[in-house]
Amino acid sequence: MNPERRQLLGWGAAAAAGVALAPGLRLVELALARSPEEAASALKRWGLLIDIAKCADCDACVTACHDENGVTAHGRPATDPQWIRKVSLRDRHTGFAQTLPLMCQHCEHPPCVDVCPTGASFKRADGIVLVDKHTCIGCRYCVMACPFGARSFVHEPVSGQKPDVPRGKGTVESCTLCVHRVDRGETPACVEACNRDGGKAMSFGDLNDAASEIHRRLKHEASREIRADLALNTGVRYQGL
Amino acid sequence: MTRIAAGILAAVLALAAYAQAPKFKIERGEACVAPTGEMRRDHMEFLLHQRDRTLREGVRTTRFSLKSCVDCHASRETGSVLGKEGFCSSCHAYAAVKLDCFECHTPMRQAKATP
Amino acid sequence: MASVQYREIEGGSAGFYALLGVLALVIAAGLGAAWTMEHHGHVITGMTNRIVWGTPHVFAVFLIVAASGALNVASVASVFGRELYKPLARLSGLLAVTLLAGGLAVLVLDLGRPERLVVAMTHYNFKSIFAWNIFLYTGFFAIVALYLWTMFERRMNGYTARAGVLAFLWRLVLTTGTGSIFGFLVAREPYDSALLAPLFIVMSFSFGTAAFVLVLMAACRWSARPLGDALLARLGNLLGIFVAAVLYFVAVHHLTNLYLARRLDVERFFLWDGGVYTALFWLGQVLVGSVVPLVLVFAVRTRAALAAAAACVIAGGLAQIYVIIIGGQAYPQTVFPGKEVSSSAFDGVVASYAPSLPEVALGMGGVGLALALTVIGLKVLPFLPTRA
Repeated sequence: MNPERRQLLGWGAAAAAGVALAPGLRLVELALARSPEEAASALKRWGLLIDIAKCADCDACVTACHDENGVTAHGRPATDPQWIRKVSLRDRHTGFAQTLPLMCQHCEHPPCVDVCPTGASFKRADGIVLVDKHTCIGCRYCVMACPFGARSFVHEPVSGQKPDVPRGKGTVESCTLCVHRVDRGETPACVEACNRDGGKAMSFGDLNDAASEIHRRLKHEASREIRADLALNTGVRYQGL
Repeated sequence: MTRIAAGILAAVLALAAYAQAPKFKIERGEACVAPTGEMRRDHMEFLLHQRDRTLREGVRTTRFSLKSCVDCHASRETGSVLGKEGFCSSCHAYAAVKLDCFECHTPMRQAKATP
Repeated sequence: MASVQYREIEGGSAGFYALLGVLALVIAAGLGAAWTMEHHGHVITGMTNRIVWGTPHVFAVFLIVAASGALNVASVASVFGRELYKPLARLSGLLAVTLLAGGLAVLVLDLGRPERLVVAMTHYNFKSIFAWNIFLYTGFFAIVALYLWTMFERRMNGYTARAGVLAFLWRLVLTTGTGSIFGFLVAREPYDSALLAPLFIVMSFSFGTAAFVLVLMAACRWSARPLGDALLARLGNLLGIFVAAVLYFVAVHHLTNLYLARRLDVERFFLWDGGVYTALFWLGQVLVGSVVPLVLVFAVRTRAALAAAAACVIAGGLAQIYVIIIGGQAYPQTVFPGKEVSSSAFDGVVASYAPSLPEVALGMGGVGLALALTVIGLKVLPFLPTRA
């Protein structure tokens, strides 16, 4: 092959790569994104790792989640749904204070799935715990059963839903780990917001993938589940708790 | 006498049919994702099957996805498939079949749909 | 031995129509409440994301538990062979069915999507005790109907004992299931106990017998049918034993919890500083619901005392279920042991709750339905003996 042709091929390849990457699509997301025909796989298990030491006094995660999912507040905190909340802790005996974000823990053995009479509360193959609003009868047994208080009942009519996040009165809902974003290869809105505007405390990834950052950190750094004594094997892990 | 009665009955029925015939506009595209007759009869079957695949299995093909239906069929003026001449609501009102989908799903077309 | 004669009640008097009229109004109010709740959402009730099961559930669970226990008298007759109670077996079966119908109506109408009842009856998650309960409740209707049929149909009388055993065993499983709805919940410290299932069984014996006694006395008085002192004395003894059994289980539950350091906070809440829940526990459940009926039944021993005791048991029972269901949710979940917790979702604090009008109306509507069905049943078929 003559040098000019080699050079042309080189420039051509660089241009093609540039065109592919130009719209802002990163290669890692291409790798993470599933094609639409592909079902969620049990080989993956999505999870979160939250370093509480870095959790600042902000609530960027809460705002981002409710924005992304169309969860509007009505000024009635007792009945308004909360998919994620900031919890303030103070040790009873030592007085040590912390804050952390608390959302559905996406347990491997979810009590909410066990108790749902119609099977509307279910765990997807890749570990994300969801509510099938088509089958949910609004009995609220799962709200009773969740040890983390993660579920909310929709107490009033909903309008202005986001196209990717259907939600309605009379059913139960909770954090979906932004399943609509995850399936596109993106991260949950809370993680994105924390990394952009917050303390960079949250990371997301495939717990089963030995090459993923979250897997490596969990393997080499201390972390724990909330209410580990319940043996639920949560997908959300915390450091510094 | 019976002929008069029959005539009145026919007139009333014709008037009723004319008055309540579903009015809607097909806003986009030359054809739907399936033949019209099939869609009229079976769209609910397609939607029910698709929703379980999407929600439970995570399969997000667009052919029978409700979001795609709405994006295509939403009214050009209101941006919705509901309302007075909404694509979904006009037939459903005529057939007196209650629509449950939009208790939870938005009836509005997504913002970045091409005209 | 004289054979027992059964006859429908006359049911044509002004009093009869007045009673049905009042019950119809109560039912209408309940239906109206259900409609507004379904239309506007549960925001119009006192229920919140911390207290998702409220007053309707208190009534519903009470009615369902009492329904199971109302069949007791029939069981004692058919299964344990006590001839004295045989004339009352039909009424016992009727009351079991009507109380259950009332309780289930409230439960279904309170659902967030009550129009999805068909979904609930066609999609089952068999790991859920709730799903099992749906089968157990509908099966109960069928089995009691069968049981009643063996009593009404002379040619089937020979099978009454067997049907009675089946109904008795079914009841035990059903009530165990109802108690386990709460007992299986690890998420909440006031529940999470195997003791709740047997507690609900003895509660059913107690509440069911009390309801039965009141309905029997009212039905006989208003249809001018003699009701013997001996029978009432025996029913009173039964009631007393069941009340004592409930007291025993409650005592064991709390004493055990008091022994465990990690349960001291929960116990302090219910027994000492839980405000309305503590008051309902000691004054409602223990005093009015247990001690007073025991005194009335074993010391005073008159007919009026029995009626008063039964009423007290019912009032105390409602208080007990209120404490269990609502108190159990008001007490904050322990998500972070050893930490004081606060958040925008009311973590770490005792949730506030007050019964709202729609909830009370719905709950009472269920009671009204149960009583109305009982009255209609008595009028339409010969459930009541001419003398007892």
